[in-house]
Amino acid sequence: MLHTFVALVQDKPGVLTRVASLFRRLSINIVSLTVGESERADTSRMTIVCEAPEHSAHRIRASLYKLEITVDVDEVGRSEAVIRELCLIKVSAGPQEPNGLSSRSQIFELANVFRARVVDLAPESIMLEMTGSSSKIEGLIQVLRESNYTILEVSRTGRMAMRRGHHTSRVLKALGNPNATPTPSNLAKPTTDLIPNEFEDVHEEEE
Amino acid sequence: MSNQTNTNPTLTGAEILWATLVGEGVETVFGYPGGAILPIYDALPKFPVHHILVRHEQGAAHMADGFARASGKVGVCMATSGPGATNLVTGIATAMLDSIPMIAITAQVSSKVLGSDAFQEVDITGITLPITKHNFLVTRAEDIAPTVRLAFQIALSGRPGPVLVDITKDAQQASAPFNFEAAAPPAFRPHPMLRAESSSIQQAIELLRQSKKPLILAGHGVIQSGAEREVIAFAEHNQIPIASTLLGLGAIPTQHPLSLGMMGMHGESWVNHAIQQADLLLAFGMRFDDRVTGNLASYAQNAKKIHIEIDPSEINKNVKVDVALIGDLKEVLTLLLPSLQEKASERLQPLVPVSQPFDSSSQPGNLSSQSFDLSSRSEAERSALPTSTPWLREISAMKGDATVHDIINLPDNGHLYAAHVIHDIWREAVAAGREKETIIVTDVGQHQMWEAQYYKHDVSRSLVTSGGLGTMGFALPAAIGAQVACPDKDVWVIAGDGGFQMTAAELSTIVQEKLPINIAVINNGYLGMVRQWQENLYDKNYSASPILSPNFVKLADAHDINGAHVNLRSEVTPTVTRARTSRQPFLIEFHVEKEDFVYPMIPPGAGLHEMIRRPTKDPLLETAEDE
Ligand SMILES: Cc1ncc(C[n+]2csc(CCOP(=O)(O)OP(=O)(O)O)c2C)c(N)n1
Repeated sequence: MLHTFVALVQDKPGVLTRVASLFRRLSINIVSLTVGESERADTSRMTIVCEAPEHSAHRIRASLYKLEITVDVDEVGRSEAVIRELCLIKVSAGPQEPNGLSSRSQIFELANVFRARVVDLAPESIMLEMTGSSSKIEGLIQVLRESNYTILEVSRTGRMAMRRGHHTSRVLKALGNPNATPTPSNLAKPTTDLIPNEFEDVHEEEE
Repeated sequence: MSNQTNTNPTLTGAEILWATLVGEGVETVFGYPGGAILPIYDALPKFPVHHILVRHEQGAAHMADGFARASGKVGVCMATSGPGATNLVTGIATAMLDSIPMIAITAQVSSKVLGSDAFQEVDITGITLPITKHNFLVTRAEDIAPTVRLAFQIALSGRPGPVLVDITKDAQQASAPFNFEAAAPPAFRPHPMLRAESSSIQQAIELLRQSKKPLILAGHGVIQSGAEREVIAFAEHNQIPIASTLLGLGAIPTQHPLSLGMMGMHGESWVNHAIQQADLLLAFGMRFDDRVTGNLASYAQNAKKIHIEIDPSEINKNVKVDVALIGDLKEVLTLLLPSLQEKASERLQPLVPVSQPFDSSSQPGNLSSQSFDLSSRSEAERSALPTSTPWLREISAMKGDATVHDIINLPDNGHLYAAHVIHDIWREAVAAGREKETIIVTDVGQHQMWEAQYYKHDVSRSLVTSGGLGTMGFALPAAIGAQVACPDKDVWVIAGDGGFQMTAAELSTIVQEKLPINIAVINNGYLGMVRQWQENLYDKNYSASPILSPNFVKLADAHDINGAHVNLRSEVTPTVTRARTSRQPFLIEFHVEKEDFVYPMIPPGAGLHEMIRRPTKDPLLETAEDE
C-alpha cells in the first residue's frame, strides 16, 4: 500500500542521500519525493510517498526519525491532510491532430473542466499546468489520451502533503518556536512524554 | 580586543581538532598517519594525548571499539584519506552493529579538489553512510570544533554508535578562533520519554500480573544503560529468571540463582526451552536478532512480549510485541518498579526489599553488577531463590538433564578440548580472586561460543566480543583497546588459529606499547566454525576450512613475547597462571581437538526448541566428578 511521510529535515548537503539510502536499504521503492524550504530556517520539508507493506509504516517512520538530520516525521493519511501535486503536460496541438484546427479549442475546453491552465502556446504544441490530487491529474492525462491527442511530455512534482487544521507535532512543540535558535534550555530533555511513545501507524487506502 | 584573543585563541584546524578531543576528555587515540592527515600528526606532540600507532587501520577501529566496550567511554581512532579510511570500514561496521560509541577521524583531500579523484581521495562519508550512526565532511577550520563535539554527543546519546568525521587537508591547515565552550552542541533532539501513568506501563504491569511463566531476555542494552541493578531488582522482586544474549553476558552474574545463561543458536537447551515455554517475555535492551530467535514462525508462540528498547525502529522489527516501552532501560525500570510494588500480588514474594534505593542519579557504568554480591546472602536465602515458583522448578528440571551431557563433566581422557581450556582460564581467575578484574576479548568462531558457555562472567564489560557483525580478527586489537582503558585488569585474548592470523600484526603494537596482554590461541587446525557447519550441513565437505598456521609461539618469540605450547589438560592451569602473573604479554598456543563441535546448536532455519543436543558420548565415562 502507499504510505505518505512528511519529514522536516536539515537543509544540508547529503541529506537527500541519507533519506534515499534508508529506503534503498529497506528495499522500498519511492513513488515520489518532494523537497523544498519550510517555515523554519535551515530546514526543508520532504513529502515521501512509497509503496510498502502496511505493517512497515512504523518502522519507516522510526527509521526516518533515527536519522540525525531529521527534526520531525509524520505519517499522513488522505483524510486528515491536503495532498497536492503539480503537473506540466505538453500536448501536440498542430493542425494534423485528430480534431484538426479545432484541436486547440478542444484542449482549452478540457483544460478548463479540469481547472488546468495553459502556460505556453507554440505552433505545434500546448503546455498545460495543473495542480490537484494525483487522481485528478491522471484524469486529465487519460482524457487527453482517449481523445487521441499525443502527449509529448509529462512532468509531475510528486505529492506534497500537509495536515489539516492547527497541527503541531509534539516533537516540534518540544523544540519550541520555529525561528528561535534552539538553546540548551528550550531543547533540554522534555520532562513530560512529549514524544509519542508508540509511533502509532496512520495510513489510508489510496483509491 | 586583546581580551577577546585570549579567550578565543586562533589555532590551525589540526590544533583545533586535538584541543577539542582533549576538551572531550580523550587521552588515547589509535591511528596511523599518511599524507592527507599529516597536519594533524604534526600538531599532535603539542597536546596531552597518547597516540597508539597501529599496524593496520582496521586494528585502530577495533582498538577504539574495545576501549569503548571496556570503559563505556567513546573510543577514538584516526586514519589518513583513501586506503587509510577504507581500512577502517570493517571496524566501523563492527561498532555499528553492536551500538558502540566510537569516533573515527579521517583526513580528506583538500576541499578544492574534492570529487576530482585526487591522489588518495575516496568518498568515505559515502562509503560509511550505512555503517555509521552519522558522519560529517568538514571543509572549514571553524567547523571542526562544533562538529567534533556534536559527534561525541551523537556517539553517546540514545542508542550509541560510531560517528565518522572526515576533515579536508585545507581545513586542517587553515586557522580559526577556538572556543571549546562555544562549540557545545545543542541539546539533542527529544528522545522518547515515558511517564509512570502511560497506558503502556499499565499494560505491561497487567501482563506481568497475569503471567505464570515470565522470562527476562537481557541484552546489551542492560550494560549500555547501566541498568544491571534495576534488572536484578526487577527479576528478584517478581521471581523472573533471566536469559542473556551474547552481548548481555556479564550484566547478570552467572552465579545469580535467577540467571539462566545464554540464549540462542548456541545457548543452553534449558534456556531456549524456557523461552519456548514462557508465557511472557520481557525483552530488555535486546533486538531479537536472528541468532537468538531461530525460526521466527515458531519463536515463543505461547508468550506475550514486552519490549523495553531505546530505539523505536527496533519495535516489531523481527518479533511482534504486545507492549513496547520506548526509552532508556534504566529509566523505564525505575518507573516500572514502584508501580509493581504497589500492585505486588501475593504470588510474588520479594526476596530483597525493592525499595532498596537504586541511586538513579549515579552515572551509568558506575552501577555495575559488582554491587550484587551473592556471598552476602545466607545459604537458606540462596537455595530459596531458584526453586521458589513452579516455573523456576520446571526450568531447573530441564537444566539437570542437559548438564550431565556437558563436556565439562567428562574426565580427562588425554584429549584437550577448547571448552576445557576456556573453563580453566575462568577457574584460574576465580582461584586467584581476579574474576572481576579480568576482561576476556574473543574473536569469532567456535571458541567464541565456548567462551560464552564456559567462562562464567560475573560483571558487566568483562566480555568484549563482536556479536552483530561477527568480525574475525577483532580480538587482538580490541584487547589492546580494553587494556588501554583498564590498565589494571587482566586482559585475555581468546582467538582461533584462523582469526588470530587476520590481525596478528598487532602483536608488534602490544610490544611497542608494553601492554601485558595474555593471548590464548585455540589451534584446531581448521576454521572451526566453518568446519562445524560443513560437518553438519554440507556432508563433511571440508572445502577451504583446513588452515595451516605458523608456530604461534615462535611468532610471539619473533616479537620478544614469551609463549608456551599446551597439549595436555594438566598443563592448562599452570601455564595460564604463568601468563597471568608475568605482567608481560604472553601467548599460549593450545593444541585442541581438531573436529570438536559446539553443542547445542540450532541449525539455520530451525526453531529454538529444535536444537542439536550434545551426544551422550559414553554414558559410563560420564560423571560429575570433574567439576
Ligand atoms: C572477517 C570474517 N571472515 C569470515 C568469517 C566467517 N567465519 C566465521 S567463524 C569462521 C571460522 C573461524 O575459525 P577460527 O578463527 O580458527 O576459530 P574457531 O572457529 O576454530 O574457533 C569463519 C571463517 C567471519 N566471521 N569474519
